Amino acid sequence: MRVTVIDYKAGNLTSVLKALRHLGAEPEVTGGDLALVESAERIVLPGVGHFQATERLDATGLTGAIRSRLVRGVPFLGICVGMQWLYAGSSEAPKQPGLGYFPESCSRFCEGQEKIPHVGWNSLEIRPTNGIASRLLAGVNSGEYVYFTHAYKGPVTADTAAVTHYIERFAAAVERGNVMGVQFHPEKSGAAGLKILSNFLAWQPESTSC
Amino acid sequence: MLTKRIIACLDVHAGRVVKGVQFVDLVDAGDPATQAARHAREGADEIVLLDITATHEGRQTLLDTVRRTARELFVPFCVGGGIRSARDAEQVFEAGADKVSINSAALADPALISAIGSSFGAQAVVVAIDARRDPRAADPVRDAQVFVHGGRKPAGRRVVEWAREAEQRGAGEILLTSMDCDGTRAGFDCELTAAVSEAVGIPVIASGGAGTVAHFAEVFAHGRADAALAASIFHFGVKSARALKEELAQSGVPVRLPC
Repeated sequence: MRVTVIDYKAGNLTSVLKALRHLGAEPEVTGGDLALVESAERIVLPGVGHFQATERLDATGLTGAIRSRLVRGVPFLGICVGMQWLYAGSSEAPKQPGLGYFPESCSRFCEGQEKIPHVGWNSLEIRPTNGIASRLLAGVNSGEYVYFTHAYKGPVTADTAAVTHYIERFAAAVERGNVMGVQFHPEKSGAAGLKILSNFLAWQPESTSC
Repeated sequence: MLTKRIIACLDVHAGRVVKGVQFVDLVDAGDPATQAARHAREGADEIVLLDITATHEGRQTLLDTVRRTARELFVPFCVGGGIRSARDAEQVFEAGADKVSINSAALADPALISAIGSSFGAQAVVVAIDARRDPRAADPVRDAQVFVHGGRKPAGRRVVEWAREAEQRGAGEILLTSMDCDGTRAGFDCELTAAVSEAVGIPVIASGGAGTVAHFAEVFAHGRADAALAASIFHFGVKSARALKEELAQSGVPVRLPC
């Protein structure tokens, strides 16, 4: 299966590619080949590090290319900063806009007794988004653990498919239509993470769109 | 709830897993890829591979080992040993590591911490600190001496001030090894771990001295460790990470179970 993985120089893609290949997908990596994105059948936007790195998506024209695919219903998965990019922005880089698919913004965990960043395995509380059971998290149970490493997070809204608690409740996964995102790293989350990636690869938009 | 991580550590020498006492008397403990896969299967939350001799030996063996080990590993994988430049780190990331651990090179050139972090993110930079209590210091714990080159040479730094500098320069985590306790299986240095963990806002991984389940419970409770590293407790079949975590859960430590 063809999967287009966007490389915008935000961290290391090796682990994501390895997990996708392990699941039988054939990832193709692009850093600016718009034609490849414009014909993408499935898009993964990984990313670790600073929200500012997403400026490269704007500079290379990838933002527009990805947006046009999302409108056409192409399945999209954002991971970590790739998920945060789906929001209007992040206080980590206030001048850098996100895609704005979700109208809210990401913010930093409140300073206090707990350590920041949030690093390690934390549990998911899975819930329906807008009344629909999550397709991304199908077969994953509430209480299962996944691996996080981040200092910024998105708010819990009707589009939140899983909530995690650290300092406060935040969106561990989002899902609306063909657009999905995870704050954690499924490629580093053992069997639960592979199940989530495999759900993303298996999901067929034809069967749900109307 | 965020859980306490149990990290399996593979000390690697010339492509083989080894274990020694206080950094000497090395014993062969198997193939790194096989061992890493086994630990992940048996419930380890993370794998650390430290090439303990790479500082003064070749690099290619390590990259091959990392590539082989990373292939079927779907938990976080950290690699350390002999990483002296951002380019060295990049090669290790390309081979499949999620994080690099830097020690001697960070002390020699602290700017290396931010150089790697700016390309790969702070979460990918673990600063490893090997420390030994200094009985002559005003505070033997906070002023424990930092050593480099696999514990062979004093770095002229004190543990708490160096950990703070590493954090300020953008380290994502601290991997703190007590040289007094390493390999003894007599317990972690909880006071040393607590001193560092309270001084920084980033996660601290305790290392050196694991021998019993109680040692892990102590270092999480009294040492304020966010994660604990163990090598010899697993290598010789003493306990799997899963068995260790099941016992820890019974004493009230939050751990990832089932795993």
